[in-house]
Amino acid sequence: MASTEEILAGLAEILNEVADVAPEDVSVEKSFTDDLDVDSLSMVEVAMAAEEKFGVKIPDEELPKLKTVGDAVSYIESNPS
Amino acid sequence: MTTLTTAPRPAGSRVAGLGHYQPPTVVTNADIIARGVETSDEWIQSRVGIAERRFAMDETMLDMAEAASSKALANSGIAATDIDLVILATCTSEQQVPGGAATLASRLGIAAPGAYDLNAACAGFVYGLTSASNAIIAGQARNVLVVGSEKLTDYVDLFDRSTGIIFADGAGAAVVTVSDSARIGPVVWGSDGDNADAIVTDPVSVTLRQEGQTVFRWATSTMGGVAARACAAAGIEPSDLAGFVPHQANLRIIDLVAKRLGAANAVVARDIVTSGNTSSASIPLALSKMLERGEIGSGTPVLLVGFGAGLTYAAQVILAP
Repeated sequence: MASTEEILAGLAEILNEVADVAPEDVSVEKSFTDDLDVDSLSMVEVAMAAEEKFGVKIPDEELPKLKTVGDAVSYIESNPS
Repeated sequence: MTTLTTAPRPAGSRVAGLGHYQPPTVVTNADIIARGVETSDEWIQSRVGIAERRFAMDETMLDMAEAASSKALANSGIAATDIDLVILATCTSEQQVPGGAATLASRLGIAAPGAYDLNAACAGFVYGLTSASNAIIAGQARNVLVVGSEKLTDYVDLFDRSTGIIFADGAGAAVVTVSDSARIGPVVWGSDGDNADAIVTDPVSVTLRQEGQTVFRWATSTMGGVAARACAAAGIEPSDLAGFVPHQANLRIIDLVAKRLGAANAVVARDIVTSGNTSSASIPLALSKMLERGEIGSGTPVLLVGFGAGLTYAAQVILAP
C-alpha cells in the first residue's frame, strides 16, 4: 500500500503526463478543474492511469466527486487494491 | 450423400475506388453559439476538436448516399450496371421499412442487386466493407457498393452539449471488387453490449444521448489494441502504415489511439476538425478526401478503425486503391 506522499507524487506524475501540469503545482487543496485546468476527459485519462498505477478501480460516476487532488488521494487510500 | 455446388472463389478482394459527399452548409462553432447554445469555440475545440461541420438542409440521407456512390463508381472505373450487391451502413434511416439500399440501387441504375441496410452505428462502414469483401471472397458477389451515409442532425438536440456540437451530416462510399491477391485484410471486430446504454436514441424524443466519459474511456483504453491486432492479422507492422483512419469521434480519442498504436509513418485522418462526427460516414469520408489530396499512395496500407454505439467496433487494413 502506497503512502499518502507516494500517492500524491504518483498523481503529480500522471497529471504531468496527461495534462501537462507542473509537478510543483500539485498539492492536496488544488481543484482539478479550477486550479489545474484538468477537464472532464482528462480526468478520465487521469483515472485510467491511476487505476493502473495504484491498482484501484475509479468508475466514471465517481469522477465528479473527486474535485480536489486531496479527494483523489483519499479515494485511492480508502479503496485499496 | 448429397453435396451442393459452391461458387468459384477469387484469390482476394480490393477497394477499387472511393467517393464522398458533404452538404454545402457549413456550420461553425460561432454559428452554433449564435443559435443560443451555451458553449464556446475554445470549449468545443479543446474537448472534441471540431471547428466546423456540415448540416444537410435540403438533402436526405439517401440523397447524400447517392451522390457519394456516384463519385465512388466514377473513381472505381466500374459501371453501375456491373454492381451485384449494395450495402448501406446507416443508423439514421428515414423509414424503418423499407431499408434504403434497394432504393439507392434503383436511383443509381443498378438493376436488381442484392441489397441490405446495416446498422453498426459508427463502426458501420467497416462492418459493411468486411461484409462486401467476405461476399466476394466466398464467390457470392463480384462488385459491391458499400456506403456509409448519415443525417444525424435529424436525431440531435443542438442544445445537448454531449451531442449537439459533435454530430453532423455526410456520406462516403467505396466500390469493392474481385482481386488476384488479397488487398483487404482480415477484420478484427467485436462488441460490448454491457455498455449499450453509453450511446442511445431516447425512446420518446428520438434524439441521441451519449455518456461522453464512458465512450472516451472505452475507446481510448481498447481501440489501440484492436488497431494493433488488425495490423498483426494482415501481417504488417504499425510503422508500415501509410494511413490511419479511425472513426472521427473526437480529436483527443484519435490522437491518443494513434499514439498508442505507434503508426509513426502514417498520415492520421483528422477530418473531424472540419466535418464533425458523421458516424458511419466518417471513415470513407475522411479516406476519400485523403486519396483526393494525394496524401496516401496507391497500393500502400491504410488501417481503418470503426467504433461506436452498441458498443461495436471493427478494424481492418486495406491497400489504398
